[in-house]
Amino acid sequence: MSNLTILAILAAAAVLAYLVGRYRSVQVANGNTTGFHSRPSYHGAYLAIWTVVPAALLLAAWTAADNPIFEYFTAKQLPESYQEKSEAQQSLTMNVVESIADGLPRLTPREEEVLRKARYGFVTDQTARDVLADHGVILGSAPDPKVVNAAVYLADLRSWARIILPIACFALAAACFAWGFRNISPRLRARTYVERSMTAALFTASTVAVLTTVGIVLSVLFETIHFFQHVSPMNFFFGTVWDPRFSAAGSEGSEGQFGLLPLLWGTMYISLVALLVAVPVGLFAAIYMSEYAGTKVRTVAKPLLEILAGIPTIVYGFFALVTFGPFLRDAGAAVGLDISASSVLTAGIVMGVMIIPFVSSLSDDIINAVPGSLREGSYGLGATQSETIKRVILPAALPGIVGAVLLAASRAIGETMIVVLAAGIAANLTLNPFEQVTTITVKIVSQLTGDLEFNSPQTLVAFALGLTLFVITLGLNVYALYIVRKYREQYE
Amino acid sequence: MTDQTVGSGGLPGIKSAAHESGKRLAKRHAAERRFRWYGIAALAFGLGFLVILFGSIIGKGWTAFLQTSVHLNVYFDPEIVNPSGNPADRDELLRANYAKLADQALYKALGVNEEDRKERRAANALLSRGVDTQLKDIVLEDPSVIGEKREVWLLAADDVDALLKGSIRRDTPEERRALDDRQIGWIDTLVDDGKMEKRFNTGLFVYGASSYPETAGLGVALIGSLFMMMIVILVSVPLAVAAATYLEEFAAKNRISDMIEVNINNLAAVPSIVFGLLGLAIFINFLGLPRSAPIVGGLVLSLMTLPTIIIATRAALKAVPPSIREGALGVGASKHQVILHHVLPLALPGILTGTIIGLVQALGETAPLLMIGMVAFVADYPSSPMDPATALPVQIYMWATAAERGFIERTAGATMVLLAFLIVMNSLAVYLRHKFERKW
Repeated sequence: MSNLTILAILAAAAVLAYLVGRYRSVQVANGNTTGFHSRPSYHGAYLAIWTVVPAALLLAAWTAADNPIFEYFTAKQLPESYQEKSEAQQSLTMNVVESIADGLPRLTPREEEVLRKARYGFVTDQTARDVLADHGVILGSAPDPKVVNAAVYLADLRSWARIILPIACFALAAACFAWGFRNISPRLRARTYVERSMTAALFTASTVAVLTTVGIVLSVLFETIHFFQHVSPMNFFFGTVWDPRFSAAGSEGSEGQFGLLPLLWGTMYISLVALLVAVPVGLFAAIYMSEYAGTKVRTVAKPLLEILAGIPTIVYGFFALVTFGPFLRDAGAAVGLDISASSVLTAGIVMGVMIIPFVSSLSDDIINAVPGSLREGSYGLGATQSETIKRVILPAALPGIVGAVLLAASRAIGETMIVVLAAGIAANLTLNPFEQVTTITVKIVSQLTGDLEFNSPQTLVAFALGLTLFVITLGLNVYALYIVRKYREQYE
Repeated sequence: MTDQTVGSGGLPGIKSAAHESGKRLAKRHAAERRFRWYGIAALAFGLGFLVILFGSIIGKGWTAFLQTSVHLNVYFDPEIVNPSGNPADRDELLRANYAKLADQALYKALGVNEEDRKERRAANALLSRGVDTQLKDIVLEDPSVIGEKREVWLLAADDVDALLKGSIRRDTPEERRALDDRQIGWIDTLVDDGKMEKRFNTGLFVYGASSYPETAGLGVALIGSLFMMMIVILVSVPLAVAAATYLEEFAAKNRISDMIEVNINNLAAVPSIVFGLLGLAIFINFLGLPRSAPIVGGLVLSLMTLPTIIIATRAALKAVPPSIREGALGVGASKHQVILHHVLPLALPGILTGTIIGLVQALGETAPLLMIGMVAFVADYPSSPMDPATALPVQIYMWATAAERGFIERTAGATMVLLAFLIVMNSLAVYLRHKFERKW
């Protein structure tokens, strides 16, 4: 029985328990529930919670723990020579055992007989391999009888678990149901229990966000540490050459160089160009909308401008690739400049347009938050509107605007699809904005698409790059949010 | 004031000072006007870019919704389709050479000399390689056509389509053109006879991955995206609403709730590609879920949209006035009852709007899906979220990087489909917000 079926049956049991609980409470009260602490529906919910939650927890705990436990016992079945092997070889053997065990349930009884014979050495190992290959288990070489033995053992364990687990779950559910059923009485504080469980569930849901962050940090960190066992951190952080050199599987010696600096430079350069576009445009648009424009223009222009942030980045990337890049190249050729179709400029300008709303919307809010008294004071001294904005409002709003710009910068640094399509893949350390550069995100994508081999530095480097990216953007975000928050407090 | 002094004709020094200040005032006003213009220019730049973006994509993409087809009278020759004479033999029907049927029908329509191999090959090049599957589907659906003639619309080749849409120009010299003069002559005859025309391209929405543009479609991607959106709704919405309710209504102001809050805000700003790394490391490597499957994509996107929906839900909960809570508490409801029976129903429109906005974000997201192997060549429809599939934006990415000319048009067409979905969903959110907006 699969876990999903068990869950579905438990869900049905919950509905049933709810109805039973409600009915029981009315029955206990002989139809008059006025003296009860809780309404009948709470008794129903109380019983449903008792029925489902312990059983579901058991199921979850078992699902999380079964594989390691099985593997531990299966490993004990293998001969001592296995125990002495290196970790990598052990996991290799274990993989073979697992794939045979996966294939076993698919065999017909007669084929299983063949395998059982192979186990005791009556049939050649090659026969066993052929039988398994017929059922989609491809093995590199004929399996050792001991390995087949272990696999049969593992498959047996699993089939036992498939029988025992549902029985255990349903038994637990039934026992808890009986316990809850007995508890139903006029004085039972069912509502309190139900509400407490609800609060606990809500709290658990709110920790998912924290768990996600922890998951990101841990997963990326582990693989990064793995990576640093192949390549020294000095070479990664201070290397100026990016040349990962995809090597064929198994061939040693062609290490490749993993210098972060060209990628970091490309990322920063493109983000800088993007900010050079987005900051003036976004800031002036915000000033115009908050200080000059009437409500009519404002209600139309602001959401329209915000569409720019809602368009998927792949669309910008495609636009940069087929329209804007060629346009810039032709425009450059017309005035005698040699602009590559995918260049710093192409990616930077298109990305700049994308982040305009990040600058403009936040700046708009911040400018509106500057107290009117400052404005009026300035007008009273005879300043024009633009002078008021330049000399009074902008200085007052500056910290908030800086926060908005930092948030936009972090967006630009983490942006992927535009640069994947429009920035190029050559890791150049160049000052020329008409040339191709590449970014951290581009390289994460290119190192991880295609066939993966998880122990080579060529793929692991993506996680080191991801960690770098995460740390940079996190730093920018935390600082920006801190500034914005502090600024808000100042005027509230 | 200054004007008056000037008018009364005072001392020359004052006059020149007034003159100076008048000039300065004019300068200041000019600066004021310039400043204003900068604002208008900035706004115009942003909105102009929006127009150019949409214009360029629609201009490139609208032709993708039309596809050139050839109308042929195909004879389903039993010799070719079913030499054994047993229509129940599916294996034989699956392996038959259907392209030959189409080719023969085309030779007849064009009057091609079948002895001449070169001429035959030139004629064959007019038909798409997808006609094979088109005819096979007809036969498998209804084996009784074997031995009969049927009028069918078959896909024309990529180059023919490009010629009719004008992206292969007739005035390029023959040796640099993908189609030679004879082929163009044939095409013109077919068009004049009404046997070749551009028809609505249902294939764009139905077909799966293909290396030929004319038989490549968004079918698999649409289903993959649909599966992922379903998972996002099932996973993300309950979790986010629960989390937001806890933080807004129950959480005591302490370290833990502060930490959770900071966490959510930061999570909203983590680059999407990092979520892809998380999906790869945890869901695929650690939990052993299948690569390229919508289930993994859906889970990753759920985690990404979680902060968006949480923030929107919290705002919606905050907007419910305290009088409602107090009234309910006053008649003896418990805190949970107040929230469950009164606050949440009133906040529902806001939650719904936030959910749609989160979904819009998830639907357009590409980068994390590249990490978990959604960049796959999937020709068959996935039947469950565990099967390999692609997603709409990923399909756009794959087509954008494909080499054939026909794919540029398809990419722009797919982009239009994606944008249409987003616009519809966004309008729905705006509509809901207006419809249920309540002033307390």
